[in-house]
Amino acid sequence: MTTAKERATIQQQFQTRMNEDELMNCMRCGFCLPTCPTYIESGFQESHSPRGRIALMKAVVDGLIEPDEDVERSLNMCLGCRACEPVCPSGVRYGHLLEEARDIIAQNKKYSLFVRIIRKIVFSGLFPHQNRMRLLTALVGFYQRSGLQSLARRFGLLNLLPRHLTTMEKVLPTVPTWKEMNDRPKQLTPQGIKKRRVAFFTGCLMDTMFMKTNDATMELLQRAGCEVVIPPAQACCGALHGHGGEKHQAKELAKRNIEAFEQLNVDYIVTNAGGCGAFLVEYDHLLKDDADWAERAKAFTRKIKDISEVLVELNFHETKLKVKPQVVTYQDSCHLRNVMKVANAPRQLLQAIEGAEFREMKDADRCCGSAGIYNIVEPEMSMQILDYKMQMAKQTKATTIVTANPGCLLQMKLGIEREGLSSHMRAVHIVDFLLEASGE
Amino acid sequence: MISEKVKQSFIRIVGSENYDDSKAGRLVYSYDATPQFQSLPDAVIAPRNTKEVSEIVKICNEHRIPLVPRGSGTNLCAGTCPIEGGVVLVFKHMNKILEIDEENLTVTVQPGVITQDLIKAVEEKGLFYPPDPSSMKISTIGGNINENSGGLRGLKYGVTRDYVMALEVVLANGDIIRTGGKLAKDVAGYDLTRLFVGSEGTLGVITEATLKLIPMPETKKTMLALYQDLEAAARSVSKIIANKIIPTTLEFLDQPTLAVVEDYARIGLPTNVKAVLLIEQDGPYEVVERDMKKMAEICQEEQAVSVQIARSEAEADALRTARRSALSALARLKPTTILEDATVPRSEIAKMVKAINEIAEKYNVKICTFGHAGDGNLHPTCPTDVRDREEIERVEKAFEEIFAKAIELGGTITGEHGVGAMKAPYLEWKLGKEGIEAMKAIKQALDPNGIMNPGKIFAKSERKRVVVTR
Repeated sequence: MTTAKERATIQQQFQTRMNEDELMNCMRCGFCLPTCPTYIESGFQESHSPRGRIALMKAVVDGLIEPDEDVERSLNMCLGCRACEPVCPSGVRYGHLLEEARDIIAQNKKYSLFVRIIRKIVFSGLFPHQNRMRLLTALVGFYQRSGLQSLARRFGLLNLLPRHLTTMEKVLPTVPTWKEMNDRPKQLTPQGIKKRRVAFFTGCLMDTMFMKTNDATMELLQRAGCEVVIPPAQACCGALHGHGGEKHQAKELAKRNIEAFEQLNVDYIVTNAGGCGAFLVEYDHLLKDDADWAERAKAFTRKIKDISEVLVELNFHETKLKVKPQVVTYQDSCHLRNVMKVANAPRQLLQAIEGAEFREMKDADRCCGSAGIYNIVEPEMSMQILDYKMQMAKQTKATTIVTANPGCLLQMKLGIEREGLSSHMRAVHIVDFLLEASGE
Repeated sequence: MISEKVKQSFIRIVGSENYDDSKAGRLVYSYDATPQFQSLPDAVIAPRNTKEVSEIVKICNEHRIPLVPRGSGTNLCAGTCPIEGGVVLVFKHMNKILEIDEENLTVTVQPGVITQDLIKAVEEKGLFYPPDPSSMKISTIGGNINENSGGLRGLKYGVTRDYVMALEVVLANGDIIRTGGKLAKDVAGYDLTRLFVGSEGTLGVITEATLKLIPMPETKKTMLALYQDLEAAARSVSKIIANKIIPTTLEFLDQPTLAVVEDYARIGLPTNVKAVLLIEQDGPYEVVERDMKKMAEICQEEQAVSVQIARSEAEADALRTARRSALSALARLKPTTILEDATVPRSEIAKMVKAINEIAEKYNVKICTFGHAGDGNLHPTCPTDVRDREEIERVEKAFEEIFAKAIELGGTITGEHGVGAMKAPYLEWKLGKEGIEAMKAIKQALDPNGIMNPGKIFAKSERKRVVVTR
């Protein structure tokens, strides 16, 4: 709940901060509606569509309505998948509008003590500090390895959690140890002729919880002929902060990353998580009003490239790739597809693998409902979206679902678990699958 | 205003989950795709069946509450903007395909079915529903019927009107009537089906429709012709038709549009050409081959500088890019995009396009024209900015002159978008006083209290009004 005074401040900030041109660019044609997962799953409610949300933002700016609970609800319900952007005839950058609106609300609203503590821990205490991310992951590792996990499971302690969190606990990968996480490479040499010099953006979760996938990524880059630099000074990309209404912190992280990478003299900065890549590739927008950083941000974003595109460019799909016979399908990472505009390269790579029969899934480009922390804060809508996704996945008869982002990967694993399919269906990150195909 | 008592009676009918009078809930139904129109309804109601619609209408009629049936709100004539407030009816629950009848070649649907979903469902059975408005991915059949929507395939296959065989309609007094049937021949009384098609929700609420289907054409081919001369392109169009060929698509882009499209999509089209025709034919293989050959010859005879026939679907898709990108390219130029649909007999196309370009120059506004050359339905489109009042004045004057010119050439003020609130001030130019009176008499007979989508079709004043905010 917001107080009348908070609402007045929010309204006033909407008027000064929201990009009016961008709001005006929406011509309300409605072409975005059929691509919006929340519009569809809410039973065609305009307030849960991009057009409706833009109209609400504009109405707050115009003073037609107050930023009341319903407005906030509508904005919170958005996945931020940005599927509305590629289909928009006017090219409205909806994601930017959403981010700004969420930031205004979050910065001017007094959350309950509990929510404040959680936000503080997540946004300031944890993600910006890689050592703490490692520590947390190590704790998860301790839980998994010490026998606590089996005890907790045996005594049904997890049943105290909401169901989707219980399932989430099951699908967490087996995480690396403290020692493994602290012993990371800084530079790797190419195998064979050197074709490119690239930097690798490791990410926070990817370099802890999903460290194996990062290792696989670096291995593939080496095999494809890349010299790989991994600057230790890099930080979390800040996507979580940017999407969650903590723009200021996102900017600080962006600056740290630009500094960490700009002197490396590399061809590309490679990412393996669509969510991170999409945020990195928009650093120029994030820092556009900061005179000292705008140009440096532009130079940085020009180098961002997803691993699958790098591999295709280096003809990795023409090397020998083979797996044992299986049906494979691909779930797009929304941000990889809608923001980084990468949709073909992953499919091209998968189709090149001998033994893998690639079958396109219906609505593969529709969000899986993971959406950062959406599946934790909006579990009901998230699970509804996931259930639809799993129906489509089952129709393909695939035994392997490939994704390109850690959030999507966990969500697909969650979906498999919820459907009781874990005995014959798996979800993997594309680089892990490629490494498997390339021979480990 | 809706009193608490009336509100409770609405809730008793549809349940509180289907009645929304929250500020945000009303705001998101205060507009459609028409620039410069916005007005808040008093409530948004989602009925679950025809009986509920009838009960809602009865209450509205008794309390003189305006009622606006709304599909997905994609129309361009402010047809679903609730300019006098009242109730917006949404059909999110009434969105089922009820029956595909393969013996009578019909499909029966509820009004909330998305046009493209219907098209896909019948195509799975080898059947074809031709009307294809540009918004078909999200527009509803109910909306299409109320606006009598056209589309790219209009030249050969006609428009929505030509496919509506029967309707279930709730009248303003709450009566439920059924018009027409699954009948190719039916002369039992007035043709009310045709009356309701295109009535823009001003005569009743359509709650069910039976639509005609035809067999799916076997093949389709695509061709693109470029011209250095607008008249030459227009002559090609006339000559194709004079040669007894009716192509399924005959689309046109003028030079200003082409320049904008090329700048946006970088297709590699020469921007010095004056006109582009996108031509498609479908049907049995031999017929399509013969027609394409003949049409290519005609285009060449008429001095087309280039004629390309696609050899594969991928190539066809590439040729369609220019036409398909037209709206996106234009919409990106300025915050506001005004897309009109002045229509003339196809023999007058060259004259009309020339006049549009002259008018744009006279008022110093940018107007790009593309559209359906085959049926004379043009889309003069103006990228502008509603915040620039002085420019908007000039834009409005330019469009007034365009409408006047269209009528002078034997055309109409709107080919497929509808009258709504947007074109109501100009309707008399097309119909004359007597024509308007005849239509008003029908309206008065069916909706004596004027609750059905008030403020649409018939203008209160002759001069255009702009933004309404209630």
